[in-house]
Amino acid sequence: MLNEFALNYNAAMTYTHTIGSRTWRFDDLKTLLAKSSPARSGDELAGIAAGSEEERVAARMALAEVPLKRFLEEAVIPYESDEITRLIIDTHDANSFNEIGHLTVGDFRNWLLSTSTDTDTLTRIAPALTPEMAAAVSKLMRNQDLILAAQKCRVVTRFRNTIGLEGRMSVRLQPNHPTDDAKGIAASMLDGLLYGCGDAVIGINPASDSLAAVRTLLDMLDKFRERYEVPTQSCVLTHVTTTMRAIEQGAPVDLVFQSIAGTEKANSSFGVNLALLKEAREAALELRRGTVGDNVMYFETGQGSALSAGAHHGVDQQTCEARAYAVARAFRPLLVNTVVGFIGPEYLYNGKQITRAGLEDHFCGKLLGLPMGCDICYTNHAEADQDDMDTLLTLLAVAGVNFIMGVPGADDIMLNYQSTSFHDALYARRILGLKRAPEFETWLEKMGITDGQGSLADRLPPSAARLLESA
Amino acid sequence: MSEIIENPWARLRSFTHARLALGRAGDSLPTSEVLAFNLAHAQARDAVHNMLDTDGIASDLTASGFQSIVVQSAVRDRAEYLRRPDLGRKLNDASRSALIESTYLDGCHPERGAEGSTSPDESRCEAPSIVFIVADGLSARAPARHAIPVLREISGKLEGWRIAPIIIATQARVALGDEIGELLHAEMTVMLIGERPGLSSPDSLGIYLTYRPRVGCTDADRNCISNVRPQGLSYEAAAHKLHYLMTAARRIGASGIALKDESETAFLPGV
Repeated sequence: MLNEFALNYNAAMTYTHTIGSRTWRFDDLKTLLAKSSPARSGDELAGIAAGSEEERVAARMALAEVPLKRFLEEAVIPYESDEITRLIIDTHDANSFNEIGHLTVGDFRNWLLSTSTDTDTLTRIAPALTPEMAAAVSKLMRNQDLILAAQKCRVVTRFRNTIGLEGRMSVRLQPNHPTDDAKGIAASMLDGLLYGCGDAVIGINPASDSLAAVRTLLDMLDKFRERYEVPTQSCVLTHVTTTMRAIEQGAPVDLVFQSIAGTEKANSSFGVNLALLKEAREAALELRRGTVGDNVMYFETGQGSALSAGAHHGVDQQTCEARAYAVARAFRPLLVNTVVGFIGPEYLYNGKQITRAGLEDHFCGKLLGLPMGCDICYTNHAEADQDDMDTLLTLLAVAGVNFIMGVPGADDIMLNYQSTSFHDALYARRILGLKRAPEFETWLEKMGITDGQGSLADRLPPSAARLLESA
Repeated sequence: MSEIIENPWARLRSFTHARLALGRAGDSLPTSEVLAFNLAHAQARDAVHNMLDTDGIASDLTASGFQSIVVQSAVRDRAEYLRRPDLGRKLNDASRSALIESTYLDGCHPERGAEGSTSPDESRCEAPSIVFIVADGLSARAPARHAIPVLREISGKLEGWRIAPIIIATQARVALGDEIGELLHAEMTVMLIGERPGLSSPDSLGIYLTYRPRVGCTDADRNCISNVRPQGLSYEAAAHKLHYLMTAARRIGASGIALKDESETAFLPGV
């Protein structure tokens, strides 16, 4: 089968669509995908966006006619020169593809939205999909389509608790501090736990990459978790090679973190490749620290990272992002987080573009079988504010996002951007009745932090007050 | 009766300036906290959109004994600056001409400079060893407040260095310094530029050192000192680090990943 692909793959063809007397031409599949993408500043910066609104729709009309099979014949980045293309093709599940192999991209959208296409069906066909198929269909979908289809997907992962069950939403507690001060981090962590957050992971972005500093934080997190028997996992979000050295030295590593992108060249600019990620995962698995499961990887992604590294190969930023999910799914992660608004306005200009990208990323990731969370966020030079974050949070909570971020007051004082707060998570729970991971929900109630319904207690009982003694 | 549920752990705020123990109205933020957040965001937004007062900086520089030249990138306005980082890395034509003219007057232009010399390094002209660039970046407030105090601190340590006139650059990205440094044949550039403003730090200054700057340098070729402001890294500590890096760059003939910042193991005065 592989040889067949090697023979037929990469053969480009021209795609056309005629509107009135004008025939629009698109030289190859990656051009067709780029011109079909909803408007965003990153594709404009790269010079690959549609030149007019009509061209964008013409491209979508041409894309709707492309058979899904075509994506197995024409690579957006050549098989020979990119290990992610090779991963996508070599791991494609031809058997489950039979169920959808007769569809065009346009048909596929209809199929996804059909009431007969349920959670089991979507789980079954996930390995039949390439990231480019997911990206393509998303470009024909409205926001409500992205929400509806994603809500039908269910991806459940486990380490010390169970994340992604129906009717639940978890929170990564993000207690960052600009100088990695242990007391400052502990203070933010306590605040988050007392607000009922931290079931996805307690994850620190360290200011320093030094192994000694990372180890100090890992030890601090682990001692705290053990002392209070918190059913969650911890992570220091440093480069995979630093985490591997920490494991070698015997540090208590729960999850291996890494930022990843959708092209080999972009990953190489991050200092990673598939072999290195495989090695890191195996090292973490050997520690056998998970109690209810062995999903040990935590990945972060975000549209624009390949272009930012000069490594997009003329592929639009949303398709590049979907290709990053092919990397993620090879390693059975506990968490995949699209950090949607962090990169800045030259890639996602305003609240509208950030909102759309967040919904696309969540949908594509879920469709490909990933435990998608979203850092619903923006920087101060983007045309966005907390109202835009409220909107995206509400939409993603309805779409069934696995987890969001919890940052004290939404203000990350180390990374200098705004995300979602502990209060924001409570809001989403209140309006949609969303629960936390079941193990964590039980612990919060036992500690007296929440009542039997999962609402925060109005007064702090002695058991929870004990947490504060550690400060 | 107050509708606000207070958090009895407000003392944790003494360990961090993160927004802790905010209390809640139901599950939501109390009104006072929503407004405090709005104010901080408004200040950060204004920091992004305010223009650098180049006349004010130039006259402050004169008062501190520095000459200066004002340049602008190829960006026309702030909206274009935010969308087109590529244009923020290039000089506009008038600024490029002005810099070439200034080097010509000093006898440093390679084509029209000292007779018989093909390389600016070997010419008899006075190519500067260091070009300081004061740039707006993403927060004009940062250089307006902190650039001159840092320049005063560092210039006291630079006996024997040939310091070019200070370049004041608007609508600038970090890599704009590469074209400036290349035109002036600088041994190294130091750019003092406004960092992406945070909610709690709208005026944080970043300092980027590039040895042998030329168009096409990348972040891997630079060393960065971040978060320079009174509540972050002090002027004195920043100048100490910068002097360490400049001296080390000259010694090894490189900046960036080849140059590790070990200034903390060197003597750090009174900080």
